[in-house]
Amino acid sequence: MDPMETIRQTFFQECEEQLNETETGLLALEIGEADSETVNAVFRAVHSIKGGAGAFKYERLVRFAHVFETALDGLRNGALEASPAVMKTMLRSADLLADLVREARGDATVEDERLETLRGALAGLAEAPSEPATQEADAFAFQPLTLCLDDLGPPAPGWRIFFRPTADLYRRGNEPARILRELAELGDLDVACDASALPLLDAFDPGGAYLAWTIDLTTSAPRERVEEAFDFVVDDCDLRIAPLAAAPESETPESETPEAETQNADPFAFTPLSIDLPAIDAPPAPEASARAPARKPEISRTEAPVSQTIRVDLERVDRLANLVGELVINQAMLSQSIVEAGLPRASKAFDDLSALEQLTREIQDGIMAIRAQPVKPLFQRMTRIVREVADATGKMVRLKTEGEATEVDRTVFEKLADPLTHLVRNAVDHGLETPGDRAAAGKPEHGEVRLSAAHRSGRIVIDVSDDGKGIDRARVKAKAIEQDLIAPDAQLSNAEIDNLLFLPGFSTAAAVSDISGRGVGMDVVKSSIQSLGGRISVSSRPGLGATFSLSLPLTLAVLDGMVVKVADQTLVTPLTTIVETLRPKAKDVHRLGVDQRVLADRGAFVPLIDIGREMGFRFTPADPQSGVVIIVEGDGGARCALMVDSILDQRQVVIKSLETNYQQVQGVAAATILGDGRVALILDVDRFVAGAAACSQPPLAAVS
Amino acid sequence: MPITDASAGASREFIVLRLDAMDFAIDIMAVREIRGWTPATALPHAPSFVRGVINLRGAVLPIIDLAERLGFAPIELTARRVVIVVQIGGRLVGLLVDAVSDILSQPLETIQPIPDVASEAVKLYVQGVFAFDDRMIGLIRLDHLAPPALGEAA
Repeated sequence: MDPMETIRQTFFQECEEQLNETETGLLALEIGEADSETVNAVFRAVHSIKGGAGAFKYERLVRFAHVFETALDGLRNGALEASPAVMKTMLRSADLLADLVREARGDATVEDERLETLRGALAGLAEAPSEPATQEADAFAFQPLTLCLDDLGPPAPGWRIFFRPTADLYRRGNEPARILRELAELGDLDVACDASALPLLDAFDPGGAYLAWTIDLTTSAPRERVEEAFDFVVDDCDLRIAPLAAAPESETPESETPEAETQNADPFAFTPLSIDLPAIDAPPAPEASARAPARKPEISRTEAPVSQTIRVDLERVDRLANLVGELVINQAMLSQSIVEAGLPRASKAFDDLSALEQLTREIQDGIMAIRAQPVKPLFQRMTRIVREVADATGKMVRLKTEGEATEVDRTVFEKLADPLTHLVRNAVDHGLETPGDRAAAGKPEHGEVRLSAAHRSGRIVIDVSDDGKGIDRARVKAKAIEQDLIAPDAQLSNAEIDNLLFLPGFSTAAAVSDISGRGVGMDVVKSSIQSLGGRISVSSRPGLGATFSLSLPLTLAVLDGMVVKVADQTLVTPLTTIVETLRPKAKDVHRLGVDQRVLADRGAFVPLIDIGREMGFRFTPADPQSGVVIIVEGDGGARCALMVDSILDQRQVVIKSLETNYQQVQGVAAATILGDGRVALILDVDRFVAGAAACSQPPLAAVS
Repeated sequence: MPITDASAGASREFIVLRLDAMDFAIDIMAVREIRGWTPATALPHAPSFVRGVINLRGAVLPIIDLAERLGFAPIELTARRVVIVVQIGGRLVGLLVDAVSDILSQPLETIQPIPDVASEAVKLYVQGVFAFDDRMIGLIRLDHLAPPALGEAA
């Protein structure tokens, strides 16, 4: 790849992280759970995007990031209050910034109008900092979080430090950046670098000392702590420390005005650290050298004790995962060969084999852990969806998330975004009421959408719930009858009515909006979840809200399965679907209709399915008593009993797609390769459960 | 449909196989490997010419009985039977044949359209014929054997 292109890719990757950081920070500010570091982090993130974008000449991105950054600077230095109206503009700007990044990448276009509107709004914020009234006033606003630093009211306690190293300091191997970093640990740092003593390049002595810093340290730390930072260099520098309130011997009138950016006067004047526009006008060599050390502390503040990470090409990880899959198969083959070779059980070969098995499992778990990622970014994306839909529908919504650290394999993660987006949109658009309706119902005007993720018995469960009006069952049923999906006289339980939402073509939206209700609805969500081997269910309480619950396998790469034999064919049943296995007694098997049979199991009747016949492996019906019955539970908890000849094994299998070289096959979820090197099919249990319900509809096959 | 090539005189290599006493050829560029027959796992709801799937170094490979696909009697399965692994579009498919008899090089311009007497089935799967040593060899049109065409019976 072209080296420039590689750097560009890295830039976009980093942009994603910065955008996440921005959004997280702004959201924290919005709900008042922020400290001064949060604003700084957001500011830094936007600033980094601007810097990178400038290097690649993404003009629109740079210009907007600049305005955004200026507004954020207002927040940072306290000129601007983090009022709800301001935060709304900020969050919209973060969305636009994300879209502009996407535009730069060539994935999207941003309308000029939207850009101009927001740019105007941001510029308005920056110019009239204490006039958030330009935005619509919010009567129910929270007590705004005031990030007062020094402009408003008495200044926060702290120290103004003037620090000019001599050449000796550098000669002794000391590093001003380290000192600044140390100071940054004491509190909030505002550093201005004085590069005015820098000579032109031809007079420049590499061993000389030309820089001085004026540091405003907002901290409660005593003077001694500040002096400690200079312990090693106190003899090699000109050091003055004064209380910040007094602000004596101001060497730098400019540094006190946050608007220095717009003044852009003398390139050699004190340049507040956070601003890099003047840098473009300044002579490059001295400016660059002056800025370089000063930037360090800014970066170092983010260097909290985070465990180290590396960036790895996804393809490499996937290749490794595939190889480990092969290893699992090979190891299974090997163990089969050893068994077939007739070695005694106590032989060393068996010991070594079990050690190999253990290792293989561990390697596999390791690879899966590498590919696993927390659902946090996914949830973060949803905050934006909520915001947009809330804006479009005029509803007031708060999104709560839980279990963001829950990890799921990349293969699943990628495919979760669309269904989740749909569910969240629906929750806001259909689930929640308007503020007026909520007030009338005695609820708080702010609706709540809750996203939660958790691991449960080898699966990930994601709930999307709202505290809205719940499913209007009468309306759903009427609509289903109107759309000819059910018979007008059908007697349906509440749960059955709720499940009508998943029928293809079902939509209750009276008017088609561009948010949801285009007819491609819940059925699409359901089928995409099912194609992941997952299930979706819904529960609703009138007036209190509805919850959609997704349950998905943690990975699409392996599954634990029960290996069974049917009509000389080896099949795999996913272990997670199995409720129990049993040998049926004659008295429990009942005929129903011509060739349907049901099995009495713990008081309920479940349809008995002859897998061999269903799959076309044999034509004569099997005798239920000659084999084993596996009770499986499918989507939504419905059960059926699968008849198999015998159970062979229980093992972890590597999932192989049938569609890569062939096509989807009814009743088959995927394939795998067993120890003998042969392909075995993995049963699509939901298909059999659904099929049984559709064709036999046993009246007593109620969900137990 | 004659196969014409701008560079007259260019030749192509073909794998020649026998099916029911007739000779057929497959463009060698489409062939990935040739392997012995191993028992396949049957697929439910599949047309009869799909003999199932086998494990090709970790990939699931569908096996098509080429004789049956072309309308001949199904191939009798013995260990001597051969599977030609071909790439059709982005997919790999195994073609089950009795045996591979030859590899030969043939100038492209000698390939002629199928004579009009041929049945529709033959026209669907054979894209041209050429003469070699007094034999007539039919050039198989691979893209029509591909799984999308299997979908009709599934």
